[in-house]
Amino acid sequence: MNMTVLDRKPDQSSQNDTPAQSHMGFIDCDVHPYVKGPNDFDPFLSKRWLEHKQTIGGRPRQGLAKTSMYPRMSPGAGMRMDSWPKTGGHPGSDLPLMQEQLLDLFDVAYGLLAPLVGGGPGERNVEFGAAMATAANEWQLAHWCDPDPRLLGAIQVNIEHTEAAIAEIEKRAGDRRFAQVNVPPRGLEPLGRRRYWPILEACAANNFPVSLHLGGTSGHASTGGGWPSFYHEEHPSYVQTMQTLVTSLVCEGVFEQIPNLKIVLVEGGFAWLPALCWRLDKHWKRLKAEVPHLKRSPSEYVHDHIWVTTQPIEEPERPQDMLATLEWIGPDRVMFSTDYPHWDQDDPRYAFKIPLPDDWKRKIYRDNAKALYNLD
Amino acid sequence: MTRHVVAKAEEIQAGTCKIVTVKGREIGIFKVGDDFYGLINRCPHQGAPLCRGEIVSRLVAPTPGDYRLTRPGEMIRCPWHCWEYDIRTGQSLCDPNSVHARAFDVAVEPGKTLVEGPFVAESVQVTVEESYLVVTM
Ligand code: FES
Repeated sequence: MNMTVLDRKPDQSSQNDTPAQSHMGFIDCDVHPYVKGPNDFDPFLSKRWLEHKQTIGGRPRQGLAKTSMYPRMSPGAGMRMDSWPKTGGHPGSDLPLMQEQLLDLFDVAYGLLAPLVGGGPGERNVEFGAAMATAANEWQLAHWCDPDPRLLGAIQVNIEHTEAAIAEIEKRAGDRRFAQVNVPPRGLEPLGRRRYWPILEACAANNFPVSLHLGGTSGHASTGGGWPSFYHEEHPSYVQTMQTLVTSLVCEGVFEQIPNLKIVLVEGGFAWLPALCWRLDKHWKRLKAEVPHLKRSPSEYVHDHIWVTTQPIEEPERPQDMLATLEWIGPDRVMFSTDYPHWDQDDPRYAFKIPLPDDWKRKIYRDNAKALYNLD
Repeated sequence: MTRHVVAKAEEIQAGTCKIVTVKGREIGIFKVGDDFYGLINRCPHQGAPLCRGEIVSRLVAPTPGDYRLTRPGEMIRCPWHCWEYDIRTGQSLCDPNSVHARAFDVAVEPGKTLVEGPFVAESVQVTVEESYLVVTM
């Protein structure tokens, strides 16, 4: 039997599993902070909304209030099992543990926060949603970005409340503690629809890339064909979500309308992107008359406007296929992400099953994010 | 090779694991039935602390809906990405029809429903001397 020998045995001479120099100082494009308790956002809510939260509560788009639509494996509840703080609390809620397991271990240069807490972006009561989004932004600053300036916030907005979302983006403009605006990828309508343009315009005008981080539910079935039976089946449906987003943004002409819009796809993998673009390009040649606003081929818009993060990285059975995929997408459009502390997070040392050329490595682990987010 | 006394036998109950450090390397000592086994606390996939995972059985389903728990307490499931390994050998198991099995040219023995995956967690030998557990490495 052929054995795959992977470079993952610890160096016998060293006492512990110290990361190799080449992975030190990388930029992590997906880090999840979590609340210590249900009241963490309260200090950042006005009296009016605090009382609403305490006496009425959230109206999420899913039927289940205290769990996800597809609960993850237990024990661990979808988290790295070694990331549960010994002091109690939820993974991602304890900054010292996050520093120990991620930020200090790898001397992470910057960690881009993706706070999937609070429910603001998906709240049906959009006034309350906007208040919770603002609270989530203040909470990021107070609990994460200020205590550890390596952590950069993602502005939360509820895109069903256009005015509030734009006001929140404008309020944060120029605040270097925020790197981008976070929009839930599963929305009520595809993101390229005209009704969302003013928000996307505000992002671009204020130099914020838009990050679309997977997860959550819009209330629609998670696949075009209905609800999956298994989490294993739900997981690849995230890819369909990403494909829908890319297709919508391209076909609606968003990148013609907002030429400096930058989109970051987080946690959707990326190996599907070339095939989607081939299909879009092929049909663009035939169906141009229907979408005359597209001046260039879909793949050109994708190349110019879309960045992808790596996790959960694909592991092709022929590892060299990864290189061809990266080459097509462009090594300057791919950014490394761990997804700490989730169960399917990737370790920067071992995620790629094939060595990358040195210049690709530098770009993917550091330079692309540095350039996109204008970091020192 | 040196022999290291790592624990008293009664410290580890069947179905549990104790993590010890030998020569700077963490080793999980497991008791399965009456026997002791050791695995390096490091998952061959992406390096997670393997022995902090859950000790589980192997769930198989010859056909959809026909679930059977086999090999109770003989598997360790990685605390990160849930790959499962045979505690006694460190061998990862995968389905014979999966891409791994094809890609890595795994010999399937007649009648066997589980084949060996391409990854092997490092195991170490554990012996019981009087009432002490001894690791030789
Ligand atoms: S690190 Fe163990 S399964 Fe990935």
